[in-house]
Amino acid sequence: MTSNPKSQIQNPKLAWLRNNLFSTWYNSLLTVVCLVFLFWLLLLIFTWATTKAQWGVIQVNLRLFLVGRFPQTLYWRTWIVLAIASTLGAVSGGVFSSKQLLTKRTLAVFAFIVGLLLIILPLDLISRLWLLLIAVLLFAGFGIGQTFSQVIAPWLSLVWLLSFPIILWLIGGGFGLQSVPTDLWNGLLLTLLMAAVSIVLSFPIGVLLALGRTSNLPVIRWFSILYIEIVRGLPLIGILFLAQVMLPLFLSADVRLDRVVRAIAGLVLFSAAYMAENVRGGLQAIPRGQIEAAKALGLNTLLAVILIVLPQALRAVIPAIVGQFIGLFKDTSLLSLVGLVELTGIARSILAQPQFLGRYAEAYLFIGLIYWVFCYSMSLASRRLERQLNN
Amino acid sequence: MTNSKPPIWRDQRFWRIAGQFLAVFLTAVVITMLWGNLNRNLQQLGIQFGFNFLKQQASFDIGETLIRYNPSDTYSRALWVGLINSLRVAVAGIFFSTIVGVSAGIGRLSDNWLVRNITLVYVEIFRNTPLLLQLLFWYFAVFISFPKAENKISLWGFIGISQNGVEFPWFTLSPEFSALVLGLIFYTGAFIAEIVRGGIQSVPKGQWEAGRSLGLKPGLLMRLVIFPQALRVIIPPLTSQYLNLTKNSSLAIAIGYPDVYFVASTTYNQTGRAVEVILLLMLTYLILSLIISVVMNLFNRTVQIPER
Repeated sequence: MTSNPKSQIQNPKLAWLRNNLFSTWYNSLLTVVCLVFLFWLLLLIFTWATTKAQWGVIQVNLRLFLVGRFPQTLYWRTWIVLAIASTLGAVSGGVFSSKQLLTKRTLAVFAFIVGLLLIILPLDLISRLWLLLIAVLLFAGFGIGQTFSQVIAPWLSLVWLLSFPIILWLIGGGFGLQSVPTDLWNGLLLTLLMAAVSIVLSFPIGVLLALGRTSNLPVIRWFSILYIEIVRGLPLIGILFLAQVMLPLFLSADVRLDRVVRAIAGLVLFSAAYMAENVRGGLQAIPRGQIEAAKALGLNTLLAVILIVLPQALRAVIPAIVGQFIGLFKDTSLLSLVGLVELTGIARSILAQPQFLGRYAEAYLFIGLIYWVFCYSMSLASRRLERQLNN
Repeated sequence: MTNSKPPIWRDQRFWRIAGQFLAVFLTAVVITMLWGNLNRNLQQLGIQFGFNFLKQQASFDIGETLIRYNPSDTYSRALWVGLINSLRVAVAGIFFSTIVGVSAGIGRLSDNWLVRNITLVYVEIFRNTPLLLQLLFWYFAVFISFPKAENKISLWGFIGISQNGVEFPWFTLSPEFSALVLGLIFYTGAFIAEIVRGGIQSVPKGQWEAGRSLGLKPGLLMRLVIFPQALRVIIPPLTSQYLNLTKNSSLAIAIGYPDVYFVASTTYNQTGRAVEVILLLMLTYLILSLIISVVMNLFNRTVQIPER
């Protein structure tokens, strides 16, 4: 930016205004137009939110939004799941953050936010205590992750994988726990679960498809290409329809698949094709010399791919893969169209109740905020991770 | 020196061929099994595979049509109406989302702090929430809660906005169409903005400096020097955004706009022809995707650097 010598003499705040908002006549015009627009928009939103909106629909149905019809006596299980997931998340966050983030100031901000949430959220005492415990776990996990990052890092992915069946067991029950049928898994719980399961399952399939597509065996290559291109040519809702309606037709009559399982199958089939293309990009970025070097060391093709090529390829496409995860998380909302009661589905069913008729804006803004928080934090985390790996 | 051949299981060529045969064999087995199940299940339901149902009377009404249609027409006519409705959404969506996306992408690089941050907030909000939710919001929270047609909001005297949609003096857009297209425009526009920003940033700094030293004003510099070069980076990902927009238009079913997916799904509900309907849908979207890809690839060729 060209700095005006005059502005450097002036008050630095004025200089900033001059450089950033009023540098030329059309910039000044733009600034004025933007200010008018912003003012109008904020006024509109503010008056709506304080006078017309009835936030009771959120307050009354908060539980429904979060866990739906999950039996109330078993809430402790969802709390434990949340505790496990947030502790692991915090530890991983600690391991991958290089900067010493645990300053007094961040601590104060963290404590303030937790305190504020504990006060304003319409929860009972037990939920508040659980939240407090989770906040402490978050804090401790982050600290542990940061202090012992060298020791923990190699085990992290293994622990995540191990936590997965435990979480499923806690939610679904069985093996000594009271079982909860899948039609009672609703709301945000179902959204998170579907996204996590589909991501975990579609990743290996996607990698296999990508290897298939770049393989020099023509038959395997053509099968992979066919699969990837057909799936990418169809809208997701078509694939979900296929999974809900056609899958039972393709399976023999004595195999009955749960609605949730069919939906997961659809999401995985869909996501794997896109994942494959992302991974292919990474595979193409690996110089041939790497494979040749590995072969020269006496590794066979399989080992060379697993030990040399894939780790580099996956690392190169981390942003694309996280983007894919974000897309998948958003796409779970389509499950409401095939009859699943995830976050969007529960919003639709709440809005169908006579006492909340017409409260669309409030409910949709609220669940929009939930989606946004998850997606935005994923993209922030991916950017940070990328910077970390480039160093 | 004895020229003994290695045993066949140590020969890589053998395994390459055997592996492929195995893949073909396994795929064939799986497909035969699935096909067998399908036939058995369809037989139990009393359905025989075939496209004859397309000639039957559809007997459902379609909310908005560009060509003449009434419920006594055939299913194929109904699907045709749906396809035209889809095309209408796709064309309008692609056109306007390009305008929104390019403006927002350039806005992200503006030297005006306010413009830069407003576009940033726009991009981050619309990219990080589900499209379906945005469509539901536009339709139920915006269009349906507009005032009734009698006391419509008037914009600049000639555009009227009410529950019945957007009225221009010479035509009216239904609330379903308006909500769908607006949702698609702002959602896809946010993605296009990031693509455009990346494309512009990929143009070397020297090009800006050279343009400036030739005395070009910023607007002209962008139009004549920077943007044409940025297009080379922009077009391939832009094409996939156009494809996404076209496929995403199938979410019309959530707000009741009769696009091809909506009509196909009604057809399935009335006839139970899941296999045929899904095949038709696949073919339709495949053709749409192919058309977009071919057009964009032709355009792509014109902006690339001509090399010998």
